[in-house]
Amino acid sequence: MRDFYGTTLPLPLMLGTARYPSPTVMEAAFRQSAAPVATVSLRREQGAGQAFWDMVRGLGVHLLPNTAGCHSAREAITTAQMAREYFQTNWIKLEVIGHADTLQPDPFGLVEAAEVLCADGFEVFPYTTEDQVLAARLVDAGCRVLMPWGAPIGSGLGLNNLHGLRSLRAAFPDVAMVIDAGLGLPSHAAQALEMGFDAVLLNTAVAEAEDPAAMAEAFALACRAGALAVASGPMGQRDMAVPSTPVIGKAWL
Amino acid sequence: MKIEVNGEALEVVASQLDAALAELGWGAAKVATALNGNFVPAGARGKTMLSDGDRLEVLSAMQGG
Repeated sequence: MRDFYGTTLPLPLMLGTARYPSPTVMEAAFRQSAAPVATVSLRREQGAGQAFWDMVRGLGVHLLPNTAGCHSAREAITTAQMAREYFQTNWIKLEVIGHADTLQPDPFGLVEAAEVLCADGFEVFPYTTEDQVLAARLVDAGCRVLMPWGAPIGSGLGLNNLHGLRSLRAAFPDVAMVIDAGLGLPSHAAQALEMGFDAVLLNTAVAEAEDPAAMAEAFALACRAGALAVASGPMGQRDMAVPSTPVIGKAWL
Repeated sequence: MKIEVNGEALEVVASQLDAALAELGWGAAKVATALNGNFVPAGARGKTMLSDGDRLEVLSAMQGG
């Protein structure tokens, strides 16, 4: 079984902490889903940092700090170093954004930052695309987890490029992969798990639901369903019908 | 001296980073620091000297996706 830098998760669900109507609702979403990983970030201190730190620590989950909003390798590296000290974890969700509208990763800056951070002992979770050449470069840099996008961040479109994601999954059988970004519905999460991805990471789909805690639970159930399905060995698909009821013994009427 | 703290021009008396943080009200706060774009670990703040025009970033935990 593929793990995340030696950590196995009881539920393949990573949940963001942003955009909830209130901190109480966010806590409820974690409680109701039992998501074992929370993504967090670092921003300029304006008085609320300590309270948020106390709250996320209280969730009792693995923390995955991000480098969200960084547009260069240098920015992302410095942010990662600050996050490691602050959150006391080697895990870093590495984002190097290349385009303001699509929030598509900058593949060149991403590889550059991943090389520096992996060499410095970080356990890097790079936010990437389904590009296999880029994936190979990230693995060469030392990444043992990849986080391909499903669709642009916050779009809720689901898995945009099924063929590309399927090919990526097949090309790196030993690398743990998390579908990060773009999921909108629990069925998208189940689909990702059924395709052999090891977890999903989402935020907006839960935080912007009318009832975030209930939606978080729905995603948790979908993740369980998807993981159980893939472990159960799904049947192969066929082009033609095959009757499930035996033909032998049918009455002559 | 005049330095930029989280994008805001401020006057500080202290010449060391740890003393400047205390002066700015972050003496006991849990924060991460960067000076002129470079990470300064908490343990190195006592021996990090400030210069006029330095850019100091003082960060803490925030919601993230």
